Amino acid sequence: MPSICFYFQVHQPKRLRKYTIFDINNSHHYEDDVANSQIMQKVANKCYLPMNKILLDLIHQHQGNFKVAFSISGVAIEQMKIYSPETLESFKELVATGHVELLGETFYHSLAAVFSETEFRKQIQKHKELMLQEFNYKTKIFRNTELIYNDNIARIASEEGFKAIITEGTEKILGWKSPSFVYKPVSAQNMKLLLKNYSLSDDIAFRFSNQAWNEFPLDTEKYSKWIHSLDGNAETINLFMDYETYGEHQWQETGIFEFMKVLPERIMQHPSFSFNTPSEVIEKYEAKDFIASPNLISWADTERDLSAWMGNYIQDDSLEKIYSLEKRVYATKNSNIIETWQSLLTSDHFYYMCTKYFSDGDVHKYFNPYETPYEAYINYQNVLTDFENRLIIIEKEFSQKRKFIAKKPNSLKAKKALELERI
Amino acid sequence: MYGWEFPPFISGGLGIACHDITKELIDFGVEVNFVLPNFPDNIENSTKVNIINSSKIRVSKTEFLERKDSIKELLNLHKIDSILSPYITEYEYLEKLESLQEFSNFEEKTNSYLLNINASYGPNLLAEASRYAFIAGFIAQKVEHDIIHVHDWMTVLAGIEARKFSSKPLIYQVHALETDRSDKDSLNINVFNIEKYGLEQADLIIAVSHYTKACIVENYGINPDKIKVVHNSVSKVKVKTSNNKIVTKKDGQKLVLFLGRVTYQKGPDYFLEAAAKILKFDKNIQFVIAGHGDMINRLIERTAELKIGNKVHFTGFLNRVEVEALFRAADIYVMPSVSEPFGISGLEAALFDVPVILSKQTGVSEVLHNSLKVDFWDTNELANQIISLLKNPALEKQILLGAARELKETQWENSARKIIDIYETMTQRAHNYA
Repeated sequence: MPSICFYFQVHQPKRLRKYTIFDINNSHHYEDDVANSQIMQKVANKCYLPMNKILLDLIHQHQGNFKVAFSISGVAIEQMKIYSPETLESFKELVATGHVELLGETFYHSLAAVFSETEFRKQIQKHKELMLQEFNYKTKIFRNTELIYNDNIARIASEEGFKAIITEGTEKILGWKSPSFVYKPVSAQNMKLLLKNYSLSDDIAFRFSNQAWNEFPLDTEKYSKWIHSLDGNAETINLFMDYETYGEHQWQETGIFEFMKVLPERIMQHPSFSFNTPSEVIEKYEAKDFIASPNLISWADTERDLSAWMGNYIQDDSLEKIYSLEKRVYATKNSNIIETWQSLLTSDHFYYMCTKYFSDGDVHKYFNPYETPYEAYINYQNVLTDFENRLIIIEKEFSQKRKFIAKKPNSLKAKKALELERI
Repeated sequence: MYGWEFPPFISGGLGIACHDITKELIDFGVEVNFVLPNFPDNIENSTKVNIINSSKIRVSKTEFLERKDSIKELLNLHKIDSILSPYITEYEYLEKLESLQEFSNFEEKTNSYLLNINASYGPNLLAEASRYAFIAGFIAQKVEHDIIHVHDWMTVLAGIEARKFSSKPLIYQVHALETDRSDKDSLNINVFNIEKYGLEQADLIIAVSHYTKACIVENYGINPDKIKVVHNSVSKVKVKTSNNKIVTKKDGQKLVLFLGRVTYQKGPDYFLEAAAKILKFDKNIQFVIAGHGDMINRLIERTAELKIGNKVHFTGFLNRVEVEALFRAADIYVMPSVSEPFGISGLEAALFDVPVILSKQTGVSEVLHNSLKVDFWDTNELANQIISLLKNPALEKQILLGAARELKETQWENSARKIIDIYETMTQRAHNYA
């Protein structure tokens, strides 16, 4: 009785505005409100709103036999609240049906898992709270930014209370094993591991409208035949992809919406197949084996590694600088400073600096507001310089206060200030 | 192949490009006869190219008189418009030129004429180009060939003349256009008209960049299907060590370089404005403007006005050894051109491991992705990029790493291969028609 398990990723970064040396120390406004608003509204109109409507209809039509899961980043939610509240409402409506699962992730869609365990845990908690607050939903399964994964990340997710974790079903960790079963991470034995079936997922996400593909055009009959052919060799077929696939990466004109409207029915024509959420899947099936992943993997590019975000000089320089500020940022206890810093951790900033396929003009360009990775780096460094200058000013104020306290230890005011600081 | 300059007698990138293309073509087995307006006997040319010196071509008296009328037509082509031209001297010159005998030496002994063509870029350039075209016809008769390949407007009339005799396909390679060289007000309409006529007449046009292709289509109304893009390249320089010190850098001081003709087209004024903005942030930077041109006095005055005279250094015209010394000393090379068909010096700077900032209005920016790019007029952004580059070693490292990889792929060999493909298509097409 194989399960079909859909999970859609919803994320929109907060893009930085053009920020030059002339802005440093003059303006502390870093985000491109106009672009962020326009993009959120564009994607809402092309994807989120029409696709949410389709999913809602499908859930009603199939009386709860059709189910999906979402992972929605905190920065996406924050932007929906400002630029497209109706989008947030429609997600709430979907969750309220009881047939939609929400997954846990880092609030800022960051790479903190790789660079700072303490920050990673903070962002997981912050996202948990957001899901509770906005959707009254307690997340049980974790997916890390870009499905970045290794044994250590699984361990932390387990310690943070998650029952399962999601990652890419790459041969790098699977070897000859099939992604169509539930596994366990070697590092967290009380937890389960769900793996993306990248072949069937990418047929929809990347190849659907590719006319050079020998299976083009893809219709529901063909696709459900491929799914049904796995009967007997699969317990769960995990179809994980960006939600923006629907209507944004694959335009409405490609027929992607019509495809999705019919697909559930087609798949369920075979009596063995049913739709399940990730939580249902891990309840339903026992783990077949342990999976070890000492090295970092992700769902990105053909390399399935982290080379889209780190590894070149400008990315590593930026990552090193921003993460080196962590302790100083928290020492300020200034929520504005902390949140600004956390926003600068969003993985997209480093993705824009990727030079991998830069010379031959590539897929990365589509998602990139900058003409070159160098421009992205310059802009980010300028923002970082201004941010660090702000930090220095706050630190100076702090140390002056402290001197003042040290001079007059007997005054009542100073004693109170000291106490406050201790707290 | 018809060209106006060839090493060692060059005044710009055109001669180098012609030389390097020719050399590669010969290496691929193409037989090249390179027709020059003039070339001294005592100079040995470094390639296996057969150089034909137009000034040494004897034209028999009968031929000369026969062809005289047809060359008058050629001259009429731009005489009509020359009334509009501010270059009255040029017009007068052309008038005079109508009687070609006055400007050629008649040799009693051989009963033939010799035209001594002056291959400089002086005020008589138009006239010299016409005289060169006249000779081209005779050369085309005498030298067997399959393709006529001309470089820039000085030689396109020659190409058209040659085609009259041989009926071989005419390829016009555009390295620069009058619309690049000058703004609308100072455009030389004669040159523009020759270019337009040549572009219309050519069987195929090679543009050195997509940028130039777009200019040809927009400003000259040419069908884009007739234009193929073959990017220029750069030859690996042998790094000579020299003690030649054009500039002295103090400890920790950075050097930002402009190199090229100091003219409107090259945008040195934008470089200067950006320098003034940068010096407000960081005083320990030296700006060098290397080259000569009609804007130099204006720039020096502006430097004084901005009170940055002690930070901006004008070198005047430099020879090759001095240029290389400057590239070695530079921390950043800036090419802020208003309109640059290609800009080989951008690649040269990269060869010297200097990070490059290019205006978006350059052809070279299509090839050198690993550079910073800026609109020529955006001096704030130029200042932003220069400061960022000096401040962040990671940025410099990344750009140089990428540029080195790109330079490996940017070779004249690849450009020549594309040209040979074009030759083959053209001869095939000519064959089919015949």
